[in-house]
Amino acid sequence: MLEIKNLMAKVEGKNILKGINLRVKPGEVHAIMGPNGSGKSTLASVLVGRSAYEITGGEVLFEGKDLLALKAEERARAGVFLAFQYPVEIPGVNCTYFLKMALNEIRKSRGLEPLDAVDFLALMKEKMKYLELSESLLSRAVNEGFSGGEKKRNEVFQMAILDPKLAILDETDSGLDIDALKVVAEGVNRLKRPDNAQIVITHYQRLLDYIVPDFVHVLYNGRIVKSGGKDLALELEERGYDWIISAVSEAAPN
Amino acid sequence: MDNGTDALNSFVQSEYKYGFVTDVEVDAVAPGLNEDVIRLISRKKQEPEFLLEWRLKAYRHWLTMKEPTWPNVKYPPINYQDIVYYSAPKKSGEGPKNLSEVDPKILETYNKLGIPLHEQERLAGVAVDAVFDSVSVATTFRGKLSELGIIFCSFSEAVQHHPDLIKKYLGSVVPYTDNFFTALNSAVFSDGSFCYIPKGVRCPMELSTYFRINAANTGQFERTLIVAEDGSTVSYLEGCTAPMRDNNQLHAAVVELLALDNANIKYSTVQNWYPGDAEGKGGIFNFVTKRGLAKGINSKISWTQVETGSAITWKYPSVVLLGENSIGEFYSVALTNHYQQADTGTKMIHVGRNTRSTIVSKGISAGRGQNSYRGLVRVQKSAVGARNFSQCDSLLLGDKCGAHTFPYIEVRNPTARVEHEASTSRIGEDQIFYCNQRGLPTQDAVNMIVNGYCKEVFKQLPMEFAVEAQKLLGVSLEGSVG
Ligand SMILES: Nc1ncnc2c1ncn2[C@@H]1O[C@H](COP(=O)(O)OP(=O)(O)OP(=O)(O)O)[C@@H](O)[C@H]1O
Ligand SMILES: [Mg+2]
Repeated sequence: MLEIKNLMAKVEGKNILKGINLRVKPGEVHAIMGPNGSGKSTLASVLVGRSAYEITGGEVLFEGKDLLALKAEERARAGVFLAFQYPVEIPGVNCTYFLKMALNEIRKSRGLEPLDAVDFLALMKEKMKYLELSESLLSRAVNEGFSGGEKKRNEVFQMAILDPKLAILDETDSGLDIDALKVVAEGVNRLKRPDNAQIVITHYQRLLDYIVPDFVHVLYNGRIVKSGGKDLALELEERGYDWIISAVSEAAPN
Repeated sequence: MDNGTDALNSFVQSEYKYGFVTDVEVDAVAPGLNEDVIRLISRKKQEPEFLLEWRLKAYRHWLTMKEPTWPNVKYPPINYQDIVYYSAPKKSGEGPKNLSEVDPKILETYNKLGIPLHEQERLAGVAVDAVFDSVSVATTFRGKLSELGIIFCSFSEAVQHHPDLIKKYLGSVVPYTDNFFTALNSAVFSDGSFCYIPKGVRCPMELSTYFRINAANTGQFERTLIVAEDGSTVSYLEGCTAPMRDNNQLHAAVVELLALDNANIKYSTVQNWYPGDAEGKGGIFNFVTKRGLAKGINSKISWTQVETGSAITWKYPSVVLLGENSIGEFYSVALTNHYQQADTGTKMIHVGRNTRSTIVSKGISAGRGQNSYRGLVRVQKSAVGARNFSQCDSLLLGDKCGAHTFPYIEVRNPTARVEHEASTSRIGEDQIFYCNQRGLPTQDAVNMIVNGYCKEVFKQLPMEFAVEAQKLLGVSLEGSVG
């Protein structure tokens, strides 16, 4: 489904991604971990087409097509979704309205009829239940005045409505209390199907207790320096990153 | 700077949809202004003596005045001798009696503008007085209105058929001495709309005037006068467009509203005069004086404006709150794109006891547009218990445009309460990207955010015009994004 080959990117003249290789097949869940500033969010941003990042090398195929050639909105319509680490507020634009516009734009690109208000509300009600999201929240402006946790929940709610093929969750667990974490994780799990995939960026093993990854990757200094199964996350929780980092530095001083 | 911001900065010219010219034979006087031209206009319109005298007094007063320089706008000097002060579609003898007698080319123009008069007649709800250059072409729905005693006709007709009302009310809210442009308008105005709602009548439909400047080098100097008698209610809508031309055209209108005891006037404007091209060439100079006098107790005057056109806008729809408990409102969306400049706002003059006013101004600047809000809230000594609330917001798209606010507050009564809130925000690249990531193209994202920002004002417009205004805003911001 997703194939990243030797991807390199820079921002403001600084090289951030220095050759990323990653393959994600349908039905898989990949976790990406790594110290602060290692390039996790940058990778996510590059995949969804944020223009501040300049691609300096490599390629990305999504369902066999050149993902990097598409505009940000085209990638979204093709089924790539990012739950943002820091969702922005859009004052004056109602949450429900926003989501209906987005969904219908995506449906249009797939040759589907737009959902009318009645059908859309029904869909919303159904998805709202899973995420224990209140109706009053959705009648407010997008993320405006939402608490940190509410913003994160809203991201996953949008994911539930838009039903992407590839969802990238950037630290969706940060800012959530224990109960909310469970709710959100269950919400994410419910969306998992054999024909879609998830990339979960996180610092904490805790999340991976609920969203169980098939693969765990450690991103350090713009490269994936170690990959493993879900046990790798447990090991990281115990030992931190130092042992991996020192191994890397010895192998290839930077 | 990243591409997202570039994209916002590079909103370019979208085609001005209404920029076509209608080829009709016109009856026009030579350019220039002097007493003879004024006499000629008055004669062509077969006006009573009092009106000619009034025009001449205004003209003589105008000669003593200087064009104002205080607005925060820049434009080359206007040569008032280059302007044609009267232009009308040529007609064979008598004027049109009904729609079937109107020049089909003119009707076609209105069709292109999206207001087919034939359609209008059938569709219930809107009565249109269409002003084509200087004369009113057709007034629909007149019959139905007259049954209620409502007078809704062109200004010229009102002069012919209701000279007593014109004599009584003309200049009673905006005297010709008010400012440079009101004096000019009073001297040379050629047409406009007149509307009179008798005692206790609630006008059953929206009244609407559609102005259009067609002939080149024509100044449009229309006058609108609305009188609402005791206990009456009226909602009036004005819409404007003009063809694309390279030179600037002057539009100096005067609108007078008078609300007597318990009367209610709602005046909405959707203004879409040609704004000039992307380089700032051409476009309308829109120098307009609009004022309402809330004279009676419990009277109410409400201005709503959506301004997306004109090269330069200079207007301050105002309310003088004379009657006890009277209410004044001003809701405004003003958009400037490319090289457009707007200096607009309102004046709320509190004279009577317990008078209340609300000001909601939403300025949007894009491209190299410059948008100034200028508002005056004056509470006079007599205005015991007066209240005002003002909210002035500015939204910036890109970083080459500007927003300025000039609030003036003068309070001479200690019991008054005046509140002023202001904010400036920018549509951020991160907001646009968030929308992109959900599948929305940049243009739609910008429109959505801008419409959200203007919601409070759009809510004040009659339903069908709110939709229109929303579309207009979209078209005006259309361009190169993404
Ligand atoms: N727009 C930008 N301008 C300048 N530097 C940037 C920008 N975006 C990212 N960087 C830099 O790139 C590096 C990687 O940042 P990134 O956000 O990808 O890290 P991360 O792995 O997601 O970290 P965290 O775990 O703290 O979220 C950091 O040094 C960051 O400061
Ligand atoms: Mg990050």
